[in-house]
Amino acid sequence: MNAVPGSPPVEAAAVAIEPPLAMLCELTHRCPLRCSYCSNPVALEGASHELSTAEWQDLLSQAARLGVLQVHFSGGEPTARRDLPVLVRHAVEQGLYTNLITSGVLVDQAMADRLAEAGLEHAQIGFPDITEEGSTLITAFKGGLARKYAAAAALKQAGVALTMNAVITRHNVERLPQMFEVAQQIGARRIEVANVQYYGWGLLNRAALMPSPQQLAWMTGVVTEARARLKGQLAIDYVIPDYYAKRPKACLGGWGRQFLNVTPSGTILPCHAAETLKNLSFDSIRDRSLADIWLHGSAFAAYRGDAWMPKGCRSCEHKETDWGGCRCQALALAGKADAMDPTCEQSPLHASVRAMAEQEAAANINTMTYRTFTDTAR
Amino acid sequence: MARSAVSDTSQPRLADHVKLRFDAIRKRWVVMAPERMLLPDEVAVDVLKCCDGATPLATIIDRLATDYQAPVEVVGPDVVALLQDLCERGFVTT
Repeated sequence: MNAVPGSPPVEAAAVAIEPPLAMLCELTHRCPLRCSYCSNPVALEGASHELSTAEWQDLLSQAARLGVLQVHFSGGEPTARRDLPVLVRHAVEQGLYTNLITSGVLVDQAMADRLAEAGLEHAQIGFPDITEEGSTLITAFKGGLARKYAAAAALKQAGVALTMNAVITRHNVERLPQMFEVAQQIGARRIEVANVQYYGWGLLNRAALMPSPQQLAWMTGVVTEARARLKGQLAIDYVIPDYYAKRPKACLGGWGRQFLNVTPSGTILPCHAAETLKNLSFDSIRDRSLADIWLHGSAFAAYRGDAWMPKGCRSCEHKETDWGGCRCQALALAGKADAMDPTCEQSPLHASVRAMAEQEAAANINTMTYRTFTDTAR
Repeated sequence: MARSAVSDTSQPRLADHVKLRFDAIRKRWVVMAPERMLLPDEVAVDVLKCCDGATPLATIIDRLATDYQAPVEVVGPDVVALLQDLCERGFVTT
């Protein structure tokens, strides 16, 4: 085979492709909240482009046949889709394990009962804070916290397992100990202490959200203590802001290895932020089968395996632990999608990225751009 | 809620919303849980299949010792350690 300049080395074709384990369905980008840390793309997709019920059902069937084991119904706000219980039931009938990722503000007892009856196993409710004032600061939606508590109670009553997703910014860190209490009060068996990851709207608002290194150190101590104290009662997942990390995160278990993301209009992505990578083109389920896209789609092939990696990554002993970190972050912070993830201490940009985060936290400028549809997206 | 602890009289079962399923694509057993999954080895699968919420741990260990033709003193500590770990991680309850 002749080498084509600029094409990946030949060994890239030899990467073994395992079936995906999980699929995240962004059923809609519509949402009553306007969270400043939303991980959706800044260019949101309008309702008129959304996949139909039948298209989602067909996709779920294809996913199960391909090897997907868990499906996450997300958004936007997935409960804004009236057909959500129908989709949950269809997923369950295909043998998929179902999770709901919701703000909770649209969930009443009747909806919780319909979802449970359809076979929903688990719901994750996002909490931007545990005070109304702090919650509204992030969501620009008054009265949201009370509705979240009501949704948690309704889902619990319906028999759905609960996770409290406590999203951490510098504005709510100090209430972390109380967040563990809230998690237990609402009957969650699991809490994610999830520092904002800076993509989409979150990246746009990074300076208004980033915690300080002192806050992070304190937070880590609180989590360590709570994990020991609550072992066997409350599972605690902890995600730090990786600008302060030494090693990059293994983004979704590696590009094109375990996970795929579906946008409301049916674009199949290796991760939810992948559309920021303008060098790639993404396939739609309206044009190709899911198996074809997973196995042969150019976007999935682009950063699968290690052929794309810069030298320092390809020879790194951790390359099959973190899979080279995050391509979207490399683009956002280093200007090149195939650069080292700057959150890795091996990156020449590591120190400057950390310094930037420290400066943003110290400057404490809290102007936020709230999530909104552009006119063309409506 | 009491902390989960495993003893001879425990009657372990999969926690609510935790499912042991055979994955026909990969031809192996998998454990599904909220936003998590486990790929148990063969021994763990055998143990989990016994966790029906009715069978006491001592009986489970006897049964596995017979199946594996191994002494209870050898099998027992491994099974207890495995279940204790799975309890602490929320996959199994007693």
